[in-house]
Amino acid sequence: MASSSLAQHRAIPIILGASTIIGAFVVLEVLLRMGVVNKYVVPLPSQVVMALERIIVEENIFGRMRETAYEMVVSCVMVIVLGVPIGSLLYRWRSLRSAVLDWIAAMAAAPLVLAFPLFLVMFGRSPTTVIVMSVITGLAPIIIKTTEGLLGVRPVLINVGRSLKLTDAQMFRMILLPAALPTIFSGIRLSWTFVLISVVGIEFLINLGGLGQLINDLSERYDLPGTYGAIGFVILVSVAFFMILERVETWLRPAK
Amino acid sequence: MTLATSAASDAASGVQPQLVIDRVTKQFGEGPGSVLAIDDMSFNVMPGEFVSVIGPSGCGKSTLFNIIGGLLDEYAGDVLIERERIAGPHKAVGMVFQEESTFPWRNVIDNVAFPLELLGVNKSERLDLAHHFIDLVGLKGFEKLMPSALSGGMRQRVSIARTLVSKPQILLMDEPFAALDEQTRLLLGDKITQIQQDLNQTTLLITHNLTEAVQLSDRIVVMTYRPGKVKRIVDIKLPRPRTSDVVSSDAFGHYVAEIWSDLREEATRGMVDSESAQRGGSRG
Ligand SMILES: Nc1ncnc2c1ncn2[C@@H]1O[C@H](COP(=O)(O)OP(=O)(O)OP(=O)(O)O)[C@@H](O)[C@H]1O
Ligand SMILES: [Mg+2]
Repeated sequence: MASSSLAQHRAIPIILGASTIIGAFVVLEVLLRMGVVNKYVVPLPSQVVMALERIIVEENIFGRMRETAYEMVVSCVMVIVLGVPIGSLLYRWRSLRSAVLDWIAAMAAAPLVLAFPLFLVMFGRSPTTVIVMSVITGLAPIIIKTTEGLLGVRPVLINVGRSLKLTDAQMFRMILLPAALPTIFSGIRLSWTFVLISVVGIEFLINLGGLGQLINDLSERYDLPGTYGAIGFVILVSVAFFMILERVETWLRPAK
Repeated sequence: MTLATSAASDAASGVQPQLVIDRVTKQFGEGPGSVLAIDDMSFNVMPGEFVSVIGPSGCGKSTLFNIIGGLLDEYAGDVLIERERIAGPHKAVGMVFQEESTFPWRNVIDNVAFPLELLGVNKSERLDLAHHFIDLVGLKGFEKLMPSALSGGMRQRVSIARTLVSKPQILLMDEPFAALDEQTRLLLGDKITQIQQDLNQTTLLITHNLTEAVQLSDRIVVMTYRPGKVKRIVDIKLPRPRTSDVVSSDAFGHYVAEIWSDLREEATRGMVDSESAQRGGSRG
C-alpha cells in the first residue's frame, strides 16, 4: 500500500511535466494552424516530430551528438580542472587577486565569441578551436566563485583547523574546500551553461563539427522543422550534462 | 624535579602551574583607531584546576582565549605552557569556540571524530570514542544527522564533544553553554566537571554567566570592562565532587552575590560606555 502510493507520488510530477509540454505543443499547433503565429517563423510541432526521423537517418545525428558531446565534455572538465586551482591561487595570493580579479570579471562579461577569427588563425577549423574558445568563455565564473567561496569560509572554521594544527594541505582539503564547495558548484553550473552555449554557438559560427553545424546547415536549407528538431537534440545533450552535475553534487554533498 | 619557587608557582606543594599568563597585553590596530583589548593581565592555572574568566561583554575574554589558544600570535607579555611561550596552537590545548563551529558538511559523528581522524586513530576505535562523547553531551540517536538538522544548542554540544574527544590536557572553552537553556547548561556542566575531574584536565572557562562560573570553578578571575584587566581572583571553596545541586546552597549564594557586586560595577561601565558611543552616533 505505502509503496504504491509512494510510486504514485513520484509519477505525478513526471506525468504533469510531460502533459504540460505536450499540451503546450498542442496549443502551439492550433495557434499555427489558425494563423495566429506565423508558420514561416515557427514550424508546426507535428512537422518537427516528423522531421526527427529524417535528421536521425539522413543527418547522422548520433555521430554529431557524439562530436558535440565530446567537445562539451572536454571543455566542461577543463573549466573545472583549470578554474578551481586558479580560483584557489587567487584566494591564496592577495596581491595576485587584486591584480587580476577585475580582469577576470571583465572577461566574464566580454563577448569573447567575437574573437573567433583569432582562434581560427591559431588552431584552424578544428574541434580544438571550439574547445579552447569554450573553455575561455566558461572559465571566469568558476574562478570567481571559487575565490569567493574560499574567502567566504567562516573564520571560526579555519580557527578550528588551526587549533588542531592542520597542515596547509590538510586545511585546504578538509576545511576550506568542503566549506566552499556549495559556492564552487554554483560557479560550475554557471560555467557549464556558458560552455554548452559556446560549443554549439561556435560550431554554428565556424560551421564545423556536430549539432551546431547541423543547425547551421538545416537553417540555410530553410528546413525549419529540421532546424527545430536539431535544437531539440541540443537540449537533450544539455539536460544530460546538468543531470550528471546534479548527481555529482549530491554525491559530494550528503545534505545541504 | 627542581622546586622552582617563582612567585607564580604554588609554593606550598611545589607544583608548577600548567598555564602561566604573565603581563599579557593585546592591542588591536595602531594609532587613534586602536583598541586596547587586554591590559596587563596575569594569573596562573595549576594542573587539573578549573578556572573561569568572567567579565562583561567586550572586555576581552575571547581575545585572551585566542591568545592562549595560539590563534593570535602577536601580543605583549607571555603565555607559557610547559615553560614554552605560546606563539601558535599548542598540541596540549583543545578549544571550544564561542561561535558555532561544527562542519556543516559532516554529520554529527564525523564531526566529533574529526580530531581522531587527524591523529590516525583507526575507524572502530574512532567511532567508539565519538559515540561515547556524543552520548555524554546528550546527543545519542543524532549521530547520523547533519548539523543543519540540529538546533543551535545541539550544534554547540557537537563542538564540545569534538573538542573533548581528543582529551586535551588543557581545555579552553569560550562561552560553550551560551546557546543552551538553563537545565541543559546545569546538566552539561555536571558532565564536564566529571570528565575534568576524571582526566584531571586543566580547564579555562570563559563566561559571562555567574552561576555557571561558581558552579564549576576552583577559582574565578573577574575581569574589568575595557581594557580587560584582572579585577579580582576569587577562590571558590565549595566541596568537590560538586554537582549542579550546589547552586541551591547558601555558600553558593554568597559567592554569587560577592562576585556580582564586582561585576555589576564593570557591567555598568560597559553599558554607559556603549550608550554614550551610540549617542556620539556618527562613528558606526
Ligand atoms: N580582530 C579584532 N580587531 C579589532 N578589534 C577587535 C578584534 N577582536 C576583538 N576586538 C575588540 O576587542 C575587544 C574585546 O573583544 P572580545 O571579543 O575579546 O570580547 P569578549 O569579552 O569576548 O566579549 P563577548 O562576551 O561579547 O564575547 C572588543 O572591543 C572588540 O571590539
Ligand atoms: Mg567573546
